[in-house]
Amino acid sequence: MKKVYGTAAEALDGLLHDGMLIAAGGFGLCGIPELLIDALVDSGVKNLTVASNNAGVDDFGLGKLLATRQIKKMMSSYVGENAEFMRQYLAGELELEFNPQGTLAERMRAGGAGIPGFYTQTGVGTQIAEGKEVKVWGEKEYILEEGIFADLSIVKAWKADDTGNLIFRKTARNFNPPAAMCGRFCVAEVEEIVPRGSIDPDHIHLPGIYVHRLIQGAHEKRIEQRTVRKREDA
Amino acid sequence: MPWDRNQMAARAAQELEDGMYVNLGIGIPTLVANYVGDKDITLQSENGMLGMGPFPFEGEEDPDLINAGKQTITELARTSYFDSATSFGMIRGGKIAAAVLGAMEVSEKGDLANWMIPGKLVKGMGGAMDLVAGVGRVIVVMDHTNKHGDSKVLKECTLPLTGKGVVDRIITNLGVLDVTNKGLHIVECADGVSREDIVKATEATIV
Repeated sequence: MKKVYGTAAEALDGLLHDGMLIAAGGFGLCGIPELLIDALVDSGVKNLTVASNNAGVDDFGLGKLLATRQIKKMMSSYVGENAEFMRQYLAGELELEFNPQGTLAERMRAGGAGIPGFYTQTGVGTQIAEGKEVKVWGEKEYILEEGIFADLSIVKAWKADDTGNLIFRKTARNFNPPAAMCGRFCVAEVEEIVPRGSIDPDHIHLPGIYVHRLIQGAHEKRIEQRTVRKREDA
Repeated sequence: MPWDRNQMAARAAQELEDGMYVNLGIGIPTLVANYVGDKDITLQSENGMLGMGPFPFEGEEDPDLINAGKQTITELARTSYFDSATSFGMIRGGKIAAAVLGAMEVSEKGDLANWMIPGKLVKGMGGAMDLVAGVGRVIVVMDHTNKHGDSKVLKECTLPLTGKGVVDRIITNLGVLDVTNKGLHIVECADGVSREDIVKATEATIV
Protein backbone atom coordinates (compact mmCIF):
# COMPACT_ATOMS: atom_id res chain seq x y z
CA MET A 1 0.00 0.00 0.00
CA LYS A 2 1.32 3.40 -0.94
CA LYS A 3 1.65 5.70 2.06
CA VAL A 4 3.74 8.51 0.60
CA TYR A 5 1.80 11.49 -0.76
CA GLY A 6 3.03 14.59 -2.58
CA THR A 7 1.44 17.38 -0.54
CA ALA A 8 -0.34 17.87 2.77
CA ALA A 9 -3.61 18.60 0.93
CA GLU A 10 -3.35 15.33 -1.01
CA ALA A 11 -2.53 13.42 2.18
CA LEU A 12 -5.68 14.78 3.87
CA ASP A 13 -7.94 14.22 0.86
CA GLY A 14 -11.07 12.25 1.79
CA LEU A 15 -10.24 12.21 5.52
CA LEU A 16 -11.91 15.43 6.64
CA HIS A 17 -15.44 16.20 7.78
CA ASP A 18 -16.97 19.01 9.81
CA GLY A 19 -17.26 18.32 13.55
CA MET A 20 -14.45 15.76 13.63
CA LEU A 21 -12.04 15.08 16.50
CA ILE A 22 -8.40 15.61 15.61
CA ALA A 23 -5.43 14.69 17.82
CA ALA A 24 -2.35 16.79 17.09
CA GLY A 25 1.24 16.19 18.20
CA GLY A 26 3.61 18.88 19.44
CA PHE A 27 4.55 20.77 22.59
CA GLY A 28 4.38 24.53 22.28
CA LEU A 29 5.65 25.09 18.74
CA CYS A 30 8.12 22.19 19.00
CA GLY A 31 7.35 19.18 16.83
CA ILE A 32 4.02 20.48 15.55
CA PRO A 33 2.58 19.27 12.23
CA GLU A 34 2.77 22.73 10.69
CA LEU A 35 2.22 21.66 7.06
CA LEU A 36 -0.88 19.61 7.89
CA ILE A 37 -2.27 22.48 10.00
CA ASP A 38 -1.84 24.83 7.02
CA ALA A 39 -3.65 22.28 4.82
CA LEU A 40 -6.51 22.09 7.37
CA VAL A 41 -6.83 25.88 7.19
CA ASP A 42 -7.00 25.71 3.37
CA SER A 43 -9.53 22.85 3.45
CA GLY A 44 -12.08 24.99 5.30
CA VAL A 45 -13.16 22.03 7.50
CA LYS A 46 -14.93 23.43 10.56
CA ASN A 47 -16.41 22.79 14.02
CA LEU A 48 -13.29 20.85 14.89
CA THR A 49 -12.47 19.47 18.31
CA VAL A 50 -8.69 19.39 18.66
CA ALA A 51 -6.82 17.44 21.32
CA SER A 52 -3.40 19.08 21.58
CA ASN A 53 -1.29 20.01 24.58
CA ASN A 54 -1.14 23.65 23.46
CA ALA A 55 -2.94 25.85 20.96
CA GLY A 56 0.01 27.40 19.11
CA VAL A 57 0.58 31.15 19.02
CA ASP A 58 -1.56 33.74 17.27
CA ASP A 59 -0.06 33.37 13.81
CA PHE A 60 1.54 29.93 13.89
CA GLY A 61 0.53 26.34 14.52
CA LEU A 62 -3.02 25.73 15.74
CA GLY A 63 -3.36 29.49 16.26
CA LYS A 64 -4.02 29.68 12.50
CA LEU A 65 -7.05 27.39 12.83
CA LEU A 66 -8.29 29.47 15.76
CA ALA A 67 -7.94 32.68 13.76
CA THR A 68 -10.19 31.24 11.04
CA ARG A 69 -12.70 30.01 13.67
CA GLN A 70 -12.43 26.42 12.43
CA ILE A 71 -11.99 25.08 15.96
CA LYS A 72 -15.04 24.66 18.18
CA LYS A 73 -13.34 23.04 21.14
CA MET A 74 -9.80 22.50 22.45
CA MET A 75 -8.63 19.71 24.78
CA SER A 76 -5.36 21.06 26.17
CA SER A 77 -3.23 21.46 29.29
CA TYR A 78 -1.80 24.93 28.70
CA VAL A 79 -2.99 27.71 26.40
CA GLY A 80 -1.19 30.72 27.87
CA GLU A 81 0.76 31.71 24.76
CA ASN A 82 -2.17 32.63 22.58
CA ALA A 83 -4.02 35.96 22.92
CA GLU A 84 -6.65 35.13 20.28
CA PHE A 85 -7.40 31.86 22.08
CA MET A 86 -7.93 33.75 25.34
CA ARG A 87 -10.15 36.30 23.62
CA GLN A 88 -12.38 33.66 22.00
CA TYR A 89 -12.55 31.63 25.20
CA LEU A 90 -13.42 34.55 27.50
CA ALA A 91 -16.05 35.69 24.94
CA GLY A 92 -17.63 32.23 25.09
CA GLU A 93 -16.90 31.54 21.42
CA LEU A 94 -14.61 28.60 22.05
CA GLU A 95 -14.99 25.56 24.30
CA LEU A 96 -12.02 24.50 26.37
CA GLU A 97 -11.54 21.24 28.22
CA PHE A 98 -8.48 21.51 30.44
CA ASN A 99 -6.62 18.23 30.87
CA PRO A 100 -3.58 17.80 33.09
CA GLN A 101 -0.68 17.25 30.72
CA GLY A 102 0.04 13.68 31.77
CA THR A 103 -3.65 12.81 31.75
CA LEU A 104 -3.92 14.12 28.19
CA ALA A 105 -0.91 12.08 27.06
CA GLU A 106 -2.20 8.95 28.78
CA ARG A 107 -5.73 9.46 27.39
CA MET A 108 -4.19 9.44 23.90
CA ARG A 109 -1.96 6.45 24.62
CA ALA A 110 -4.87 4.55 26.17
CA GLY A 111 -7.16 5.30 23.23
CA GLY A 112 -4.48 4.03 20.86
CA ALA A 113 -4.09 0.87 22.92
CA GLY A 114 -7.83 0.13 22.98
CA ILE A 115 -8.24 1.13 26.62
CA PRO A 116 -11.44 3.15 27.13
CA GLY A 117 -10.62 4.34 30.63
CA PHE A 118 -8.01 4.33 33.37
CA TYR A 119 -7.70 5.57 36.95
CA THR A 120 -5.19 8.18 38.03
CA GLN A 121 -4.38 10.21 41.14
CA THR A 122 -3.77 13.28 39.00
CA GLY A 123 -6.45 15.89 39.68
CA VAL A 124 -7.98 14.24 42.76
CA GLY A 125 -9.51 16.94 44.98
CA THR A 126 -9.43 19.55 42.18
CA GLN A 127 -11.87 20.93 39.59
CA ILE A 128 -10.62 18.26 37.20
CA ALA A 129 -12.22 15.55 39.35
CA GLU A 130 -15.71 17.08 39.23
CA GLY A 131 -18.23 14.62 37.84
CA LYS A 132 -15.67 11.83 37.50
CA GLU A 133 -15.92 8.40 39.11
CA VAL A 134 -13.67 7.98 42.15
CA LYS A 135 -12.17 4.67 43.20
CA VAL A 136 -10.06 3.91 46.26
CA TRP A 137 -7.05 1.60 46.18
CA GLY A 138 -5.27 1.20 49.49
CA GLU A 139 -5.58 4.57 51.20
CA LYS A 140 -5.58 6.60 48.03
CA GLU A 141 -8.26 8.02 45.76
CA TYR A 142 -8.09 7.79 41.99
CA ILE A 143 -10.34 9.29 39.31
CA LEU A 144 -11.54 7.70 36.10
CA GLU A 145 -10.24 9.29 32.91
CA GLU A 146 -11.31 8.20 29.43
CA GLY A 147 -9.18 7.19 26.48
CA ILE A 148 -9.27 9.49 23.46
CA PHE A 149 -10.32 7.91 20.18
CA ALA A 150 -9.69 10.52 17.49
CA ASP A 151 -11.06 10.53 13.94
CA LEU A 152 -7.71 11.76 12.67
CA SER A 153 -4.20 12.20 14.04
CA ILE A 154 -1.75 14.72 12.61
CA VAL A 155 1.87 14.40 13.71
CA LYS A 156 5.36 15.59 12.87
CA ALA A 157 8.44 13.37 12.89
CA TRP A 158 12.03 13.90 11.81
CA LYS A 159 12.52 10.95 9.51
CA ALA A 160 10.38 8.17 8.07
CA ASP A 161 10.83 5.25 5.75
CA ASP A 162 8.27 4.75 3.01
CA THR A 163 6.37 2.21 5.14
CA GLY A 164 5.68 4.89 7.79
CA ASN A 165 8.18 3.84 10.44
CA LEU A 166 9.03 7.07 12.27
CA ILE A 167 12.02 8.55 14.08
CA PHE A 168 11.66 11.72 16.11
CA ARG A 169 14.36 14.19 17.07
CA LYS A 170 15.13 15.33 20.63
CA THR A 171 12.19 16.94 22.50
CA ALA A 172 10.19 17.28 19.26
CA ARG A 173 8.93 13.74 20.00
CA ASN A 174 6.68 14.87 22.89
CA PHE A 175 2.98 14.24 22.15
CA ASN A 176 3.53 12.91 18.63
CA PRO A 177 3.64 9.16 19.38
CA PRO A 178 0.57 9.07 21.67
CA ALA A 179 -1.32 11.43 19.30
CA ALA A 180 -0.46 9.18 16.35
CA MET A 181 -1.64 6.10 18.22
CA CYS A 182 -5.09 7.39 19.19
CA GLY A 183 -6.35 8.23 15.69
CA ARG A 184 -8.44 5.94 13.52
CA PHE A 185 -6.37 7.44 10.74
CA CYS A 186 -2.95 9.07 11.08
CA VAL A 187 -1.12 11.41 8.71
CA ALA A 188 2.51 12.22 9.45
CA GLU A 189 4.73 14.94 8.05
CA VAL A 190 8.48 14.48 8.16
CA GLU A 191 11.64 16.27 7.14
CA GLU A 192 12.98 13.31 5.18
CA ILE A 193 11.56 10.08 3.76
CA VAL A 194 14.15 7.36 3.18
CA PRO A 195 13.73 3.96 1.46
CA ARG A 196 12.72 0.99 3.60
CA GLY A 197 15.78 -0.74 5.00
CA SER A 198 17.70 2.51 5.54
CA ILE A 199 16.65 2.82 9.20
CA ASP A 200 17.93 0.31 11.73
CA PRO A 201 14.74 -1.44 12.95
CA ASP A 202 16.04 -1.11 16.51
CA HIS A 203 16.06 2.67 16.16
CA ILE A 204 12.43 3.15 15.13
CA HIS A 205 10.43 5.16 17.69
CA LEU A 206 6.95 4.60 16.25
CA PRO A 207 6.18 1.60 14.02
CA GLY A 208 4.51 2.29 10.68
CA ILE A 209 1.37 0.40 11.73
CA TYR A 210 0.21 3.67 13.32
CA VAL A 211 0.92 5.80 10.24
CA HIS A 212 -1.39 5.65 7.20
CA ARG A 213 -0.17 8.53 5.09
CA LEU A 214 3.09 10.45 4.90
CA ILE A 215 4.44 13.61 3.40
CA GLN A 216 7.90 15.12 3.27
CA GLY A 217 8.27 18.89 3.46
CA ALA A 218 10.23 21.92 4.56
CA HIS A 219 9.43 23.12 8.09
CA GLU A 220 9.75 26.58 9.57
CA LYS A 221 10.29 25.14 13.10
CA ARG A 222 9.75 28.45 14.85
CA ILE A 223 11.36 28.93 18.29
CA GLU A 224 8.96 30.19 20.96
CA GLN A 225 11.45 31.30 23.66
CA ARG A 226 14.97 31.84 22.41
CA THR A 227 17.19 31.59 25.49
CA VAL A 228 20.99 31.60 25.21
CA ARG A 229 24.10 32.04 27.33
CA LYS A 230 27.05 34.20 26.40
CA ARG A 231 30.25 32.42 25.37
CA GLU A 232 32.28 34.24 28.02
CA ASP A 233 30.14 32.47 30.65
CA ALA A 234 31.79 29.19 29.71
CA MET B 1 17.04 40.26 55.75
CA PRO B 2 14.55 38.00 53.98
CA TRP B 3 16.06 35.76 51.29
CA ASP B 4 16.08 36.99 47.68
CA ARG B 5 15.18 34.79 44.71
CA ASN B 6 18.66 33.34 44.42
CA GLN B 7 18.96 32.64 48.14
CA MET B 8 15.60 30.87 48.08
CA ALA B 9 16.79 28.79 45.13
CA ALA B 10 20.04 28.00 46.94
CA ARG B 11 18.09 26.88 50.02
CA ALA B 12 15.84 24.68 47.85
CA ALA B 13 18.94 23.11 46.27
CA GLN B 14 19.93 21.86 49.75
CA GLU B 15 16.81 19.65 49.63
CA LEU B 16 18.20 17.68 46.70
CA GLU B 17 20.37 14.65 47.31
CA ASP B 18 23.04 13.01 45.23
CA GLY B 19 21.60 10.68 42.60
CA MET B 20 18.11 12.20 42.54
CA TYR B 21 15.95 12.62 39.45
CA VAL B 22 14.21 15.97 39.90
CA ASN B 23 11.68 18.17 38.12
CA LEU B 24 12.07 21.93 38.49
CA GLY B 25 9.12 24.23 37.73
CA ILE B 26 9.19 27.58 35.97
CA GLY B 27 10.43 30.77 37.73
CA ILE B 28 12.49 30.61 40.94
CA PRO B 29 12.54 26.77 40.83
CA THR B 30 14.49 26.95 37.55
CA LEU B 31 17.26 28.82 39.41
CA VAL B 32 17.71 25.84 41.75
CA ALA B 33 19.83 24.17 39.04
CA ASN B 34 22.50 26.86 39.58
CA TYR B 35 23.05 25.76 43.19
CA VAL B 36 23.27 21.96 43.17
CA GLY B 37 27.10 22.13 43.32
CA ASP B 38 28.84 18.75 43.09
CA LYS B 39 25.68 16.73 43.65
CA ASP B 40 24.83 14.35 40.83
CA ILE B 41 21.31 15.53 39.99
CA THR B 42 19.43 14.60 36.81
CA LEU B 43 16.81 17.15 35.77
CA GLN B 44 13.64 16.00 34.07
CA SER B 45 11.82 18.22 31.62
CA GLU B 46 8.29 16.87 31.37
CA ASN B 47 8.02 17.50 27.64
CA GLY B 48 10.21 14.42 27.24
CA MET B 49 13.77 14.63 28.48
CA LEU B 50 16.00 13.47 31.33
CA GLY B 51 19.36 15.18 31.72
CA MET B 52 18.49 18.77 30.89
CA GLY B 53 21.51 20.96 30.15
CA PRO B 54 22.01 24.75 30.28
CA PHE B 55 20.87 27.31 27.69
CA PRO B 56 22.74 27.00 24.37
CA PHE B 57 25.43 29.40 23.23
CA GLU B 58 24.18 32.08 20.85
CA GLY B 59 23.76 30.62 17.39
CA GLU B 60 23.48 27.04 18.67
CA GLU B 61 19.75 27.10 19.49
CA ASP B 62 17.90 24.03 18.25
CA PRO B 63 14.13 24.35 17.70
CA ASP B 64 13.80 20.61 18.43
CA LEU B 65 15.34 21.00 21.88
CA ILE B 66 13.31 22.94 24.43
CA ASN B 67 12.31 22.63 28.06
CA ALA B 68 8.80 22.63 29.54
CA GLY B 69 8.91 26.45 29.60
CA LYS B 70 9.47 26.34 25.80
CA GLN B 71 12.99 27.77 26.24
CA THR B 72 15.86 26.56 24.09
CA ILE B 73 18.21 24.32 26.10
CA THR B 74 21.00 21.78 25.50
CA GLU B 75 21.59 18.10 26.14
CA LEU B 76 24.21 16.44 28.32
CA ALA B 77 26.17 13.18 27.99
CA ARG B 78 23.53 11.47 30.14
CA THR B 79 20.49 12.80 28.27
CA SER B 80 17.62 10.62 27.10
CA TYR B 81 14.49 11.59 25.17
CA PHE B 82 11.03 10.02 25.28
CA ASP B 83 7.42 10.81 24.47
CA SER B 84 4.94 12.64 26.73
CA ALA B 85 3.09 9.47 27.80
CA THR B 86 6.37 7.89 28.95
CA SER B 87 7.40 11.15 30.62
CA PHE B 88 4.26 11.32 32.72
CA GLY B 89 4.41 7.58 33.27
CA MET B 90 7.64 8.13 35.20
CA ILE B 91 6.05 11.05 37.06
CA ARG B 92 2.83 9.20 37.87
CA GLY B 93 4.79 6.05 38.66
CA GLY B 94 6.72 7.78 41.44
CA LYS B 95 10.13 7.54 39.73
CA ILE B 96 10.85 11.27 40.08
CA ALA B 97 12.20 11.85 43.59
CA ALA B 98 11.20 15.49 43.98
CA ALA B 99 9.58 18.45 42.30
CA VAL B 100 10.35 22.07 43.14
CA LEU B 101 7.41 24.26 42.14
CA GLY B 102 6.18 27.82 42.46
CA ALA B 103 2.80 28.61 44.03
CA MET B 104 0.12 31.26 44.31
CA GLU B 105 -1.20 29.80 47.60
CA VAL B 106 -0.39 26.91 49.93
CA SER B 107 -2.56 25.73 52.82
CA GLU B 108 -1.57 24.28 56.18
CA LYS B 109 -2.91 20.92 54.97
CA GLY B 110 -0.47 20.95 52.05
CA ASP B 111 -3.04 21.98 49.45
CA LEU B 112 -1.46 23.80 46.52
CA ALA B 113 -2.94 26.38 44.16
CA ASN B 114 -0.75 27.49 41.28
CA TRP B 115 -2.62 27.20 38.00
CA MET B 116 -5.57 29.52 37.75
CA ILE B 117 -7.14 32.78 38.90
CA PRO B 118 -10.84 32.56 37.94
CA GLY B 119 -11.91 35.29 35.52
CA LYS B 120 -8.37 36.66 35.25
CA LEU B 121 -5.78 34.12 34.35
CA VAL B 122 -6.78 31.09 32.32
CA LYS B 123 -3.58 29.49 31.13
CA GLY B 124 -3.88 25.92 32.30
CA MET B 125 -2.20 23.53 34.70
CA GLY B 126 0.28 22.06 32.24
CA GLY B 127 1.99 19.20 34.05
CA ALA B 128 1.64 20.60 37.58
CA MET B 129 -1.31 18.42 38.65
CA ASP B 130 0.46 15.28 37.46
CA LEU B 131 3.69 16.27 39.20
CA VAL B 132 2.17 16.98 42.61
CA ALA B 133 0.16 13.76 42.46
CA GLY B 134 3.07 11.57 41.44
CA VAL B 135 6.51 12.68 42.60
CA GLY B 136 8.08 11.55 45.87
CA ARG B 137 8.43 14.95 47.51
CA VAL B 138 6.86 18.30 46.62
CA ILE B 139 8.81 21.41 47.61
CA VAL B 140 7.17 24.79 47.06
CA VAL B 141 9.31 27.89 46.61
CA MET B 142 7.51 31.25 46.71
CA ASP B 143 7.31 34.63 48.41
CA HIS B 144 5.62 34.41 51.80
CA THR B 145 3.22 37.26 50.99
CA ASN B 146 1.79 38.72 47.78
CA LYS B 147 2.44 42.21 46.48
CA HIS B 148 -0.37 43.58 48.68
CA GLY B 149 1.29 42.07 51.75
CA ASP B 150 -1.33 39.33 52.18
CA SER B 151 -0.14 35.92 53.31
CA LYS B 152 0.14 33.21 50.66
CA VAL B 153 0.42 30.58 53.42
CA LEU B 154 -3.22 30.03 54.36
CA LYS B 155 -5.56 27.91 56.47
CA GLU B 156 -7.44 27.11 53.24
CA CYS B 157 -6.57 28.00 49.66
CA THR B 158 -9.01 30.42 48.02
CA LEU B 159 -7.94 29.66 44.43
CA PRO B 160 -8.73 26.46 42.48
CA LEU B 161 -6.43 23.68 43.66
CA THR B 162 -3.63 22.01 41.76
CA GLY B 163 -3.51 19.23 44.34
CA LYS B 164 -4.93 18.40 47.76
CA GLY B 165 -2.55 17.56 50.62
CA VAL B 166 0.42 17.30 48.28
CA VAL B 167 3.02 19.80 49.59
CA ASP B 168 5.76 18.51 51.90
CA ARG B 169 7.92 21.59 52.44
CA ILE B 170 7.51 25.32 51.80
CA ILE B 171 10.54 27.55 51.21
CA THR B 172 9.73 31.26 51.24
CA ASN B 173 11.71 34.48 51.47
CA LEU B 174 11.21 34.29 55.26
CA GLY B 175 12.18 30.68 55.94
CA VAL B 176 11.38 27.00 55.66
CA LEU B 177 8.14 25.37 56.85
CA ASP B 178 7.05 21.73 56.88
CA VAL B 179 3.49 20.54 56.46
CA THR B 180 2.53 18.29 59.39
CA ASN B 181 -0.74 16.67 60.50
CA LYS B 182 -1.26 19.43 63.08
CA GLY B 183 -0.25 22.46 61.03
CA LEU B 184 2.88 24.08 59.75
CA HIS B 185 6.17 23.61 61.54
CA ILE B 186 8.92 26.23 61.21
CA VAL B 187 12.12 24.43 60.27
CA GLU B 188 14.34 27.41 59.66
CA CYS B 189 14.23 31.21 59.58
CA ALA B 190 16.01 33.30 56.97
CA ASP B 191 18.95 35.33 58.31
CA GLY B 192 17.65 38.16 60.47
CA VAL B 193 14.05 36.89 60.31
CA SER B 194 12.49 35.80 63.60
CA ARG B 195 9.90 33.13 64.33
CA GLU B 196 7.54 35.97 65.21
CA ASP B 197 8.09 37.59 61.80
CA ILE B 198 7.06 34.33 60.14
CA VAL B 199 4.03 33.87 62.40
CA LYS B 200 2.94 37.44 61.65
CA ALA B 201 3.21 36.87 57.88
CA THR B 202 1.37 33.55 58.00
CA GLU B 203 -2.40 33.13 58.06
CA ALA B 204 -2.12 29.36 58.53
CA THR B 205 -1.74 27.61 61.88
CA ILE B 206 1.86 27.31 63.02
CA VAL B 207 2.69 24.61 65.56
